[in-house]
Amino acid sequence: MRTEHQSLIFELSKPGRVGYSIPELDVPEINVESIIPSDYLRTEEADLPEVSELQIVRHYTALSNRNHGVDSGFYPLGSCTMKYNPKINEDVARFPGFAHIHPLQDEDTVQGAMEMMYRLQTSLAEITGMDEVTLQPAAGAHGEWTGLMMIRAYHEANGDFNRTKVIVPDSAHGTNPASATVAGFESITVKSDERGLVDLEDLKRVVDQDVAALMLTNPNTLGLFEEHILEMAKIVHEAGGKLYYDGANANAILGFARPGDMGFDVVHLNLHKTFTGPHGGGGPGSGPVGVKADLIPFLPKPVLVKEDDLYKFEYDRPQSIGRVKPFYGNFGINVRAFTYIMTMGPDGLHQVSENAVLNANYMMRRLEPHFDLPFTQHCKHEFVLSGRRQKKLGVRTLDIAKRLLDFGYHPPTIYFPLSVEEAIMIEPTETESKETLDEFIEKMIQISKEAEETPELVQEAPHTTVVKRLDEATAARKPILKYTKQV
Amino acid sequence: MTFRYLPMTDQDKKEMLETIGIETTEDLFQDIPEEVRFKGRLQIEEALSEPQLVKEMGRLAALNKNTKDHASFLGAGVYDHYTPSIVNHMLLRSEFYTAYTPYQPEISQGELQAIFEFQTMICELTGMDVANSSMYDGGTALAEAGLLSAAQTRRKKIVVSKSVHPESRAVLHTYAKGQHLEVVEVDTDNGMTSVDSLRAEVDEETACVIVQYPNFFGQIEPLKEIEEIVHNVKGMFVVSSNPLALGALTPPGKFGADIVVGDAQPFGIAQGFGGPHCGYFAVTTKLMRKVPGRLVGQTVDEDGKRGFVLTLQAREQHIRRDKATSNICSNQALNALAASIAMTALGKQGVKEVAHQNIQKAHYAKKVLEEKGFKIAFTGPFFNEFVIELKCTAKEVNRKLLESGIIGGYDLGLSYSELKNHMLLAVTEMRTKEEIDQLANVLEGLACVQNISH
Repeated sequence: MRTEHQSLIFELSKPGRVGYSIPELDVPEINVESIIPSDYLRTEEADLPEVSELQIVRHYTALSNRNHGVDSGFYPLGSCTMKYNPKINEDVARFPGFAHIHPLQDEDTVQGAMEMMYRLQTSLAEITGMDEVTLQPAAGAHGEWTGLMMIRAYHEANGDFNRTKVIVPDSAHGTNPASATVAGFESITVKSDERGLVDLEDLKRVVDQDVAALMLTNPNTLGLFEEHILEMAKIVHEAGGKLYYDGANANAILGFARPGDMGFDVVHLNLHKTFTGPHGGGGPGSGPVGVKADLIPFLPKPVLVKEDDLYKFEYDRPQSIGRVKPFYGNFGINVRAFTYIMTMGPDGLHQVSENAVLNANYMMRRLEPHFDLPFTQHCKHEFVLSGRRQKKLGVRTLDIAKRLLDFGYHPPTIYFPLSVEEAIMIEPTETESKETLDEFIEKMIQISKEAEETPELVQEAPHTTVVKRLDEATAARKPILKYTKQV
Repeated sequence: MTFRYLPMTDQDKKEMLETIGIETTEDLFQDIPEEVRFKGRLQIEEALSEPQLVKEMGRLAALNKNTKDHASFLGAGVYDHYTPSIVNHMLLRSEFYTAYTPYQPEISQGELQAIFEFQTMICELTGMDVANSSMYDGGTALAEAGLLSAAQTRRKKIVVSKSVHPESRAVLHTYAKGQHLEVVEVDTDNGMTSVDSLRAEVDEETACVIVQYPNFFGQIEPLKEIEEIVHNVKGMFVVSSNPLALGALTPPGKFGADIVVGDAQPFGIAQGFGGPHCGYFAVTTKLMRKVPGRLVGQTVDEDGKRGFVLTLQAREQHIRRDKATSNICSNQALNALAASIAMTALGKQGVKEVAHQNIQKAHYAKKVLEEKGFKIAFTGPFFNEFVIELKCTAKEVNRKLLESGIIGGYDLGLSYSELKNHMLLAVTEMRTKEEIDQLANVLEGLACVQNISH
């Protein structure tokens, strides 16, 4: 990475330069003041940059050089499934028949797009073992909220208005309790036991007639399969609650187990994780939601259906929770996911999970002598180490993460889940070779040695990046959230 | 069968199993209870090779009528605009699109700076103090503006104009239901929010008033009068805006908006059958710590060098969990990047020129249609969309237009029972005079279209 000063695009601006080209106006020009009241005509121009095309290209190329993606190097960010993003997906999503169609065109002019969506939702239903899938939610958290709204509508349709609680394990993603709040529920935490799994006794304690749902990630955020899933399902179902599956970790179970067979009633998937939608620097994602038959009436509308050989959007769904998003979801991401599913097929997807789990277990066993491993059973697609041994030497998990930057890696997820002290959560994914894993493991072992022998080397890392550690406290205390021109 | 995305060889597998100390990979799945283990083979389509895949996906794409091969007059919230070629080239820099949320700022300065620049440009266009890094789309951004208003004012009533996009209103209703908020819709008069009805609805319980500018019918709402009504009761003034229009129109910030939301799709983002697009969310400084989603801030590193970080994270779900201001996590970062590149390419001069061309071309289209005898439904000032009355259904008309290579307008009867046989036409800078004339001629020639005013 280049370390010299990086200008903001605004600092390159010079009056009179342009970076665009549109034809001269080809209709007779009328005085705009005669058609729009002067109060509503902008007088002060928006101060956007004035730069030439090459300047723009150099600027964004320079910015990209100051960024690390999966294509740049290993990215074992736990719970985010940073697998390879196939290039063919990008090509297909840019076909004019997918990229340049309008969502409000007559349905008979977009049958190909609707067929793609239908085949994708059917595939996802089969993969998750659910009865029907909506592609409308834009991301995982959006899917969570959608699913909870449906669960709420289901209970209310049964005349059950007192189910105010959603149970989430202490190891859950922050989106789970946040989605519960947005959907109007109170979230109740259930504890984990010493093996990192939901504590069944504690679950029995918190489940009562007020429970609307239990949200569960399985394998959970420790990368461990909730072995007692059937007992858990029974406890929740007997109390009249529903089971919600957070699909953030679905990469571990493709073709090995299906949420629908485990007793889950609602499932969301993150197509940008398991199904190779690129993460895009933070999005866009896509968060389809699958449901069992008794929840179908509550799906967001419109629902895509096939009648004879025609695809249509069905709006007449009186029990639907309504729309959760304009139009039909993040279609472009769905095209990429479908392209991926068609690339892998049933055997390929099964192989994906097998390899993802094997990679994770291999790394875990090789790192076990060098870092604390709080949960020692086989993991699924990811595992969580604790940096508490290094912490005693004065080297925190944050330092280890920063030191990894010096070796060209994106660090694992750190300080999550909250239940593990100095957590280091590693998810290699199936698209990484053994050589890559071995090199990373060697660096981790080297860092653990450095923590003993030359701790300052780790504490002061990173040493090779374009900027050193940044002052986040001042950023929050005196926020500068936009560029202001120096006069 | 081998797969090109899976590098593990038999030899690798053998060595790894040895290291773990197990015989087969099956041993790693023993924790999945026998009863729930999936023993069959997934009933999904068989894998395709790359050439077969391209062919099949190409077949599906070719079944759709696209706006590259047709002249489109369809808008209604999603538009066919000029996208500079460089946008796609820069988006394909894989350091951007294969990265995730910039949690590690030292190796994410590119993304962080790009978002910081996006926030600045959105503030410039909207006339607001603070903008976030993006929302899913304009519709969910609008709904979140409603929730933020309710939380901020501790009031339960959201007043929204019927001239706001019908799908955004539908999303608002769903979100409001979760929070037990009441949504009241205000009628329109001549295609604009009825100021009298609004005044009658707004009271001390009103958390906010939400209007769209230009509105769903293309009309320019009287923000000045509306602002007074809502601020009189100390409610929040929420404006949903097409940011491109703000190249020509006075920004909502100037009219005292508290929250401005919308979709940056007009800037370099493909229509893509409705998504992914790019919501934006801008507020006054007062609301800075209540904003949903990610915010990027400027700071310095240990050597005093300028750098950027995610900031004010105490608002967010990964810190605050159930007390967060929103549950949003993944957003639309890559599309915010696309919008930034397009806004940069257009620049100060281009955004103004493109916005003005939209006004000119839409008004030319209106004039030509009027001259052909079509009745224009509403008489207020408008940006790049307007409504015409037809004798028959828009669906029939659109079918005929398609035969002439034209994608026609939006059938307003689908969303407004009182506007059956009304069509919303969008005319962007992409439409040539020739295409506009052709639209008018084909419409005039259709048997089902009668000249209403003659």
